[in-house]
Amino acid sequence: MTRAEAAPAAPARAAKRRSGQWAAWAFLAPVVIYLIAFYAYPLYRNLDLSLRHYTVRSFVQGDAPFSGLDNYRTVVDNATFWPEFLHTVAFTGVSLVFQFSIGMALAVFFAQNFRLSATLRALFLVPWLLPLIVSASTWSWMLNSDSGVVNFALRSVGIDPVNWLTSPSWALTSVIIANVWIGIPFNLVVLYSGLQSIPSEIYEAAALDGANGWQRFWRVTFPLLRPVSAITLLLGLVYTLKVFDIIWIMTKGGPTDASTTFATWSYKLSFGTLVPQFGPGAAVGNLLIIMALIFGLLYIRMQRKQVS
Amino acid sequence: MKSRVKTGIGVILTAIMLFPVYWMVNVSFTKDTDMRRDPPILFPFHGTLEGYRAVIDQQMPYLGTSLLVGLGTVILTVALSAPAGYSLAKLRPRGGGALSFVLLMAQMIPGIIMAMGFYAIYLKLGVLNSAAGLVLADSTIAVPFGVLIFTAFMSGIPSELINAAEIDGAGTFRTFRSVVLPVSRNAVVTVSLFAFLWAWSDFVFATTLDGGGTRQPITLGIYHYIGNNNQQWNAIMATAVIASIPATLLLILAQRYVAAGVTAGAVKD
Repeated sequence: MTRAEAAPAAPARAAKRRSGQWAAWAFLAPVVIYLIAFYAYPLYRNLDLSLRHYTVRSFVQGDAPFSGLDNYRTVVDNATFWPEFLHTVAFTGVSLVFQFSIGMALAVFFAQNFRLSATLRALFLVPWLLPLIVSASTWSWMLNSDSGVVNFALRSVGIDPVNWLTSPSWALTSVIIANVWIGIPFNLVVLYSGLQSIPSEIYEAAALDGANGWQRFWRVTFPLLRPVSAITLLLGLVYTLKVFDIIWIMTKGGPTDASTTFATWSYKLSFGTLVPQFGPGAAVGNLLIIMALIFGLLYIRMQRKQVS
Repeated sequence: MKSRVKTGIGVILTAIMLFPVYWMVNVSFTKDTDMRRDPPILFPFHGTLEGYRAVIDQQMPYLGTSLLVGLGTVILTVALSAPAGYSLAKLRPRGGGALSFVLLMAQMIPGIIMAMGFYAIYLKLGVLNSAAGLVLADSTIAVPFGVLIFTAFMSGIPSELINAAEIDGAGTFRTFRSVVLPVSRNAVVTVSLFAFLWAWSDFVFATTLDGGGTRQPITLGIYHYIGNNNQQWNAIMATAVIASIPATLLLILAQRYVAAGVTAGAVKD
């Protein structure tokens, strides 16, 4: 191709690229507008709520005075701040440990394709698919102090019944149990799909070298599954930080705040009392967002690294 | 270990895992007078349909609202996310990577915080306690997920197919509607199923944005049952069983889509 021929082609190509950009953004426009109106704006409103001194009256009229970081100070200085923080950490940490280890054990078990394994694995998804209110109310009744089936089972093996939902020392454990139950399917499915990508030759080689099942897991499966495990844990962490429904339905965060996490505390401040405290409620919510985004960014970094 | 032994262990593990589901069904058939029996009734041989009668008498409007909100959310989600997915997958928009990143982050924002923001806005606009408001709020759970699924799926469509349509004189929109959408049926099904399920199951937005309305979804129906200190647990559990029908249907009819949806966000193939 000579220069003379190439010259007229270049602007045409540029024009085509430009019209291509127009079309590309025309297809994106609805989502962009949507994100601004229904993600960015509510989040901005929430930030604004946390920086003003709101009462019920000024909430409706929208003329609350600016108060800087007062709401955040109120929240952090509150005597319940550190207990709620610890509940959040305990709820998230303990849930993750159990969800992940049980999910991993089940994934390894189901990976040895046996008869019915695919069907049974599908049935394991049920807890994850049920509406949270269904799971939470079922667990509430199962954990009922007097008539719950869990206490019946404990009594029949000679253990004293426990006031699962009504005693401050057990309420957090109870909501963790329900949350672990709901979270196992997710861990199982993701780890199982990770296991599928490990070539079977590696196991055959390990078996030839005389490795037993336990060694094969710790020396082969676990190291090779590390990237998938990290992603599962980080995503699980972000999901668990936002858990609200289960706790609110089972215990309302009580008794005496014993099972209150940041998510439920934030809701309780804004909607759960007779005199709503929208400012502090929004402040707690924003602290929660920061926590979620830190781990969210870590997750995205891990995922990019795995792809490349 | 023999395969049959493993199947046996698998069945036992599944039974343990699904015990709460069985218990929900069992309690839904238990008579009021037997509810606090010790030992509890393990099989509803002499059960009652009282609970289900209560559902039919009291919960039908709630179920109707949930169905409506679920379908509305599906339409809105697919209409917004399918074109966006096509653009990100095939049209190479400048700044598309940044938008994908924003969508990923959007998924991580706790629903309870979105609910507070929506509450403040809806209060001002006077659209609290409306089904349309609930559809809009519920769609925020599904739209980022939808765009990611559509992008992933449409990236796999051969470019030759799209080029062929353009050579035949189809514009970008025509290509999208007549070529891309029909071959993306699986992605449409996956996104629709999850959008419906999430809207149907939503409690956070329902309780903050629709707590005082006349048209409330089934999640609030159950919640009011519990909140009223209702001791009629067979009715509560019967409602829970009915509310679980969409999830069950989904698992039976669209199993492979479900597993694909669970892993889609976490692991890229």
